[in-house]
Amino acid sequence: MSAHTSNTMTITLHVWRQAGPNAPGKLEQYEAKNVSPDQSFLEMLDEVNEDLIKAGKDPIAFDHDCREGICGMCSSVINGVPHGGQVRTTACQLHMRTFKDGDAIYIEPWRAKAFPIIKDLIVDRNALERIMQAGGYTSCHTGGVPDGNAILIPKPEADYAMDAAECIGCGACVAACPNGSAMLYTSAKVAQLSVLPQGKAEAAERVCAMVDAMQENGFGNCSNHYECQAACPKGISVKFIAKLNREYQKALFK
Amino acid sequence: MILDGKCPKGPIQTSWDRHRFDLKLVNPANKRKYKILVVGTGLAGGAAAASLGELGYNVEAFCYQDSARRAHSIAAQGGINAAKNYPNDGDSIYRLFYDTIKGGDFRAREADVWRLAQVSNNIIDQCVAQGVPFARDYAGYLDNRSFGGAQVSRTFYARGQTGQQLLLGAYSALARQVKAGSVKLFQRTEMLDLVVVDGEAKGITVRDLVTGEIRTHVGDAVVLATGGYVNVFYLSTNAMGCSVTATWRAHKKGAFFANPCYTQIHPTCIPQSGEHQSKLTLMSESLRNDGRCWAPKKKGDNRPPNEIPEEDRDYYLERKYPSFGNLAPRDIASRAAKEQCDEGRGVGPGGRGVNLDFADSIKRLGEDTIRARYGNLFEMYEKITDENAYKVPMRMYPAPHYSMGGLWVDYNCESNVPGLFVLGEANFSVHGANRLGASALMQGLADGYFVIPYTIANYLAKTKPGAVKADNPECKKSIEDIKAQTNKFLSINGKKTVSEFHRELGKIMWENVGMARSEESLKDALKKIPVLREEFWKNVKVTGKGEELNQQLENAGRVADFLEFAELMSKDALHRNESCGGHFRVEHQMPDGEAKRNDEDYCYAAAWEFKGVGNEPELHKEPLTFENVHLAVRSYK
Repeated sequence: MSAHTSNTMTITLHVWRQAGPNAPGKLEQYEAKNVSPDQSFLEMLDEVNEDLIKAGKDPIAFDHDCREGICGMCSSVINGVPHGGQVRTTACQLHMRTFKDGDAIYIEPWRAKAFPIIKDLIVDRNALERIMQAGGYTSCHTGGVPDGNAILIPKPEADYAMDAAECIGCGACVAACPNGSAMLYTSAKVAQLSVLPQGKAEAAERVCAMVDAMQENGFGNCSNHYECQAACPKGISVKFIAKLNREYQKALFK
Repeated sequence: MILDGKCPKGPIQTSWDRHRFDLKLVNPANKRKYKILVVGTGLAGGAAAASLGELGYNVEAFCYQDSARRAHSIAAQGGINAAKNYPNDGDSIYRLFYDTIKGGDFRAREADVWRLAQVSNNIIDQCVAQGVPFARDYAGYLDNRSFGGAQVSRTFYARGQTGQQLLLGAYSALARQVKAGSVKLFQRTEMLDLVVVDGEAKGITVRDLVTGEIRTHVGDAVVLATGGYVNVFYLSTNAMGCSVTATWRAHKKGAFFANPCYTQIHPTCIPQSGEHQSKLTLMSESLRNDGRCWAPKKKGDNRPPNEIPEEDRDYYLERKYPSFGNLAPRDIASRAAKEQCDEGRGVGPGGRGVNLDFADSIKRLGEDTIRARYGNLFEMYEKITDENAYKVPMRMYPAPHYSMGGLWVDYNCESNVPGLFVLGEANFSVHGANRLGASALMQGLADGYFVIPYTIANYLAKTKPGAVKADNPECKKSIEDIKAQTNKFLSINGKKTVSEFHRELGKIMWENVGMARSEESLKDALKKIPVLREEFWKNVKVTGKGEELNQQLENAGRVADFLEFAELMSKDALHRNESCGGHFRVEHQMPDGEAKRNDEDYCYAAAWEFKGVGNEPELHKEPLTFENVHLAVRSYK
């Protein structure tokens, strides 16, 4: 259909296959043929799976949903880098034109103590949920809130909050961190809510509860490698980690 | 049967206030005795579960994703409407109400739409209180942008990720209730059946997508907020997991399905690039604020767009609709784009695209301003197409995006099955035959935060809490039925994959029941769908087991439902022998190609009752009356 699709590629895949949380896993080799450069990475995997199903084999299980880079469901380490290493790009938005004919691609799940493998490339990210449940909110009631313009928020602060709020909760930051730390994820929410007047009232309580939850749920500590920022598909900045640390210090002396 | 929407009588301005007073209440001490099951955690479901939990009800919330934050509301880009009138440009509740009724081509209920417009202002306040970082000006005030189908600026936004930010707001409210213990979350859990006991909705049967366990949850009421069904077209802007399954299975248990033929084809999506494609990506309609739609005047003009001089370009929306121009409503803009391509003046692969050009805006405002407004969209466009839209026009083509139809509900958002409530895109209530941009987010949050907390009490107050137990025969039967279906899928061992069937169905639907429909095309679809369905049940191949994580099995269930639903959708489109909004029958158009309604015969909501697969469904009508907006020909000229 497209003029672009004439030069298709053949790619060798080495995919992590693991039947269940306690089963042993290993890399299996597959051939992806007739790959179009306009295909997304996950569409390439779809076609490999179609062939596997037709051959009566178990297709590769991988998480995905919106396929437009916003839901945060997709989660593969591609050639050693979460989401494949293209700047500000989720695996679902990675396109095959960034690879060339004959390439070998290694595909693995997020690897972190806090994320047990469920099957193949699918991991359990409930630990991230528990951090949010510990304090990632303002305790406002439905109804009974003031007019949206009653409390002014200067543009720079609104923009700062928005920069932090872009986090899609995929967990690439954890997978990229040598310590398996969730600092970037946690700090993005802490920073967003502590800069806004609506979140300030509970800032001290929030940062303590979220840091505690992070530690209780198997995430490591932050030792400033900044791999998280490099892997983040939304470009969340490590400056928010500094903000979290400041908020945490303030809270401790409160 | 003539259906009654049970709308309040009397002046519309006070209808919701009077109705709220008339609704029964559940006293605070009794609320915790009632269990409410909420399916779906998008804007409608997430907001509902959080608000009901906060009120003190015992809530269980379900989603098929691994986190409530991933529901597809997250992908909405452009914004959310509210009648705040902050810009002082003539907006009011009345005008938002009027625009929505008119935009829906006079096929929605007046009272529901009024309520939506009325509570729209509370939504903005609520989201701000949650910490949603809406765009603001330098003085700190909330900023607005304009959107299709309106001449005022009433759309609030958070960069190009408004849906994400609003959903994260609702998700944070939900997280707070999970911590408080009032909401129990079941992720990676898909609803596969509705349990009806003595005619009332009292439970759901679900499959745990990790272990494969099939079990029933019982409750005192069921709330479905499970989104829309445009994945029936296979290629759409919906997420891969979006399906009709929850609503369709409720339909098979007695809930009427209303106006299934009303689907929205969004005008600004990235055109398809090849057969491998698994989904289509939307570019926010807000781009039409600064982008100008054009096609070459000459057929087959394949010069690069920047080399086509002004006099050879047709800015067709500005030409045809001078007062709304590029901001004409979605259905009109979509059909206009298709028209250009059908005339052989399309651009890009296969000639299925039109230009959306930012050159003039960049000249006027500078690249930085355009980047600040739409940077993430330009970036997304480049990732997918490998083209820089600051330098060359974007190519756009319409794609299935939203379903205005859904389960029939009354003014209380309650279906004809007592105890079954339906919210957001899953119901049919406010958008008529066409939804205006930035109104889906508004409806989801209105239903979840400000409607269901009031209306569900009216039902619960009349019931005894905990009346149905898990050992009820209906629960056992439901589990057995679902297990039997699972075993059936796994035992067929045919030659074609689930995706192949889905793709084939999508083709039938897009060609025959898509942007332009005719008696002939619909009859053709009705011939082909049952044949494909029959083949599916004989020749589908699903590998693996039921008692494990099995994505093929999940998809098999969803596609099986689409194969049944597609028939109803086509039947509804065939029966509605008029054009209105997103439902365009080529037999009924004005001399200039606009949709031609037939108010004499079709001014009603069509609610269908299930009578068995392959059997003729029974049509029930809810007449629509317009007392506050006069039925008129919709004009955006």
